[in-house]
Amino acid sequence: MIAELGHFALILALAVAAWQTVAPLYGAARADRALMASGTMAAVLQLAFISIAFAALMNGYVTSDFSILNVAENSHSGKPLLYKISGVWGNHEGSMLLWVFILALFGASVALFGQGLPQSLKARILSVQGSIGFAFLLFIVAASNPFTRLSSPPVEGNGLNPILQDPALAFHPPFLYAGYVGLSISFSFAVAALLEGKVDAAWARWVRPWTLLSWACLTIGIGMGSWWAYYELGWGGFWFWDPVENASFMPWMVATALLHSAIVVEKRGALKIWTILLSVLAFSLSLLGTFLVRSGVLTSVHAFAVDPARGFFILLILAFFIGGSLTLFALRAPALKAGGLFAPLSREGGLVLNNLLICAACAAVFIGTLYPLALETVTGEKISVGPPYFNLTFGPIVLPLLLLVPFGPLLTWKRADVLPVMQRLWGAAVLALVAALAVLAFTQRGPWLAPVGIGLGVWLLLGALAEFSQRIGLGALPLANVWARLKGLPRSAFGTTMAHGGLGLLIIGVIILSLWREEHIVSLKVGEKVEVAGYTVTFRAEEPLQGPNYVGRQGLFRITKGDSDVADVISEKRLFAPGNIPTTEVGLLQTFWGDIYVVLGDAGNDGGHVVRATFQPLASWIWVGATIMFLGGLISLTDRRLRIGVAKRAARPLQPAE
Amino acid sequence: MASPLPNAARRKRGLLPQVAMLLSLLLLSAPARAVQPDEILTDATLEARARAISAGLRCLVCQNQSIDDSEAPVARDLRILIREQLLAQKSDVEVVDFVVARYGDYVLLRPRFTSHTAVLWLTPFAIVIVGGVLLWRRRDRQSTPDRLSDQEQAKLDRLLND
Repeated sequence: MIAELGHFALILALAVAAWQTVAPLYGAARADRALMASGTMAAVLQLAFISIAFAALMNGYVTSDFSILNVAENSHSGKPLLYKISGVWGNHEGSMLLWVFILALFGASVALFGQGLPQSLKARILSVQGSIGFAFLLFIVAASNPFTRLSSPPVEGNGLNPILQDPALAFHPPFLYAGYVGLSISFSFAVAALLEGKVDAAWARWVRPWTLLSWACLTIGIGMGSWWAYYELGWGGFWFWDPVENASFMPWMVATALLHSAIVVEKRGALKIWTILLSVLAFSLSLLGTFLVRSGVLTSVHAFAVDPARGFFILLILAFFIGGSLTLFALRAPALKAGGLFAPLSREGGLVLNNLLICAACAAVFIGTLYPLALETVTGEKISVGPPYFNLTFGPIVLPLLLLVPFGPLLTWKRADVLPVMQRLWGAAVLALVAALAVLAFTQRGPWLAPVGIGLGVWLLLGALAEFSQRIGLGALPLANVWARLKGLPRSAFGTTMAHGGLGLLIIGVIILSLWREEHIVSLKVGEKVEVAGYTVTFRAEEPLQGPNYVGRQGLFRITKGDSDVADVISEKRLFAPGNIPTTEVGLLQTFWGDIYVVLGDAGNDGGHVVRATFQPLASWIWVGATIMFLGGLISLTDRRLRIGVAKRAARPLQPAE
Repeated sequence: MASPLPNAARRKRGLLPQVAMLLSLLLLSAPARAVQPDEILTDATLEARARAISAGLRCLVCQNQSIDDSEAPVARDLRILIREQLLAQKSDVEVVDFVVARYGDYVLLRPRFTSHTAVLWLTPFAIVIVGGVLLWRRRDRQSTPDRLSDQEQAKLDRLLND
């Protein structure tokens, strides 16, 4: 009964989405206030109906109602509650429902918080949002209904793919989807602006918080996926340039470019056409990511829908929105007033260069991901494009970009002078150079990337800190004044420092981990030990293992340094019911300077076990850096200027101080 | 896989998705069996070269994995083959050529630069160059000039004096 209610709610949501697409748009064209206002109501109603549907499916999973096909195929009564819940989006139908749920959430947020928007602009935004919702709801109702019933329900379900049964991965899809779908707002703003034929500073201020929110969600979503791959897949790698990773990385890059170009629109009223194009591209890449990942074009753990009909449906949606918006762009963009010219040495000049390099880096990822598919389709020739390609194309484009990052926030608008900027950065530059030279001296004839990468990381980190400390007058002013300045600083300044500094930490972690992993693959009997980076890893015991929905074996390892015990870690080999699907749990000791990463392998004939013990230097810096970037995005989001853009509330007189 | 699903449901979806799922699971899970202790060469330099070569070659039956990462038997065979070649005093290039001769260009994770891959290799840099040139030509040459030209100064003096 509840499942039928969910199904019915989905159909109602589809009808509401149809209204939301047509009525406000027509209302905006006819200047009909009532029709335009109906968009707000429709967006809220759509959220209500999709919430009911989502809750109904969630209920099916939590109560293990195996009369629902989707639950029977993807859940199991013996799973812990967390994985029953995350199982809702651990399959094709449920993940599409999550997609439209988040879309509706964003749509309703614009409807409710966008009271300050001009009425016709808001109506058109909601109409575009409605049309995206309509297309995906139609897809769900017609081709991937999550509520299909079974006439004879099984006693037990098939279970969720065990390697997805992991806390980081339970929350990875919602964050990633929030990022993907959040970009639909910038897209709707862009299409609405094209329809209106007007882009101004206010438009940029309204669109920025939504882009920032999506960017932050994408950052943490990608970070979680990478963290999961690091400790769950058991290779100790963190990024594989896998097509599905690239599919999420491309929207992130364009969103990063968009965040920066929107600043120029807001402050200088320039780069309008470019910013509109980026908004369209960012969401187009999100859609492309959804298509690539979900259509089965790329078979992987993410490709739930190995069903050509569904892939074709998504391709149609893709073609309609990307083709439609780009056509509209081609027709309308020339009518928008082009921005002024820039001096190469200015804040806006720097931001334009940032955009150029980010877009070229994104193009490298795009072409590397899709070229093999295209080449095979056209000539039948099969090639592989793997990490070496990306290191050779993406790398050289990103290195100068990173070098330029610390200059950006210090350049003045319109026209900047090199000298004062250099004066403010010389400390960071000297220390970065010292770091690079130290690495060079230490590694002798090692890879050239080591000194360059580490120097760049230190430069980013210290550059961000230098800019921040000068803004608050640290060292130059009395502490009381520094404190006053710190309090008066806009939140976006904290955001910039954290995003740029976090990137520095991440780069240092990536470079050092990639270059100086120390790996030992040995066969150990119980009681034997292996030396790893100054630590001793002793294989203490091998025991059977009994989990809630798996059995297996676990290896107990003691990590010691000199004479003192450091930690005990356990590496598990799990076999999940049903189907005895094996997974590996890594024995992981995290320290500031690096991780000890122990993986228990198969037993050999001689009674020994294959053990892989790795030292992963500075590994945690990668995710600490990503988390700081994410938090920087959130803090920036609380900036007063942005909130005024979202809603007029902050203009009320008796707002409590924050 | 002992599926508790009724046959009707299985027929409806067809067997393909399940086979694909099972395959991808087999390929993706059960890791840490990549390089085995018995494969490792005693000569550390040679072993390092073997690892570097393996990291650049694709495991043909896997999803986007190098043979260095893969636990598939085919990958293990290739890893051993590479080590044998290295022990026979072959250079890195010779070893890679040997593998490519057997399995084709598809094994190379770093595609060779040919007429068919020129677009792949050059597009990213072409964007930087073309974009850079376009931006340079559109740069603002006279934004807020520092001082007036002599002519302008003379004109201003004249106006002020009048």
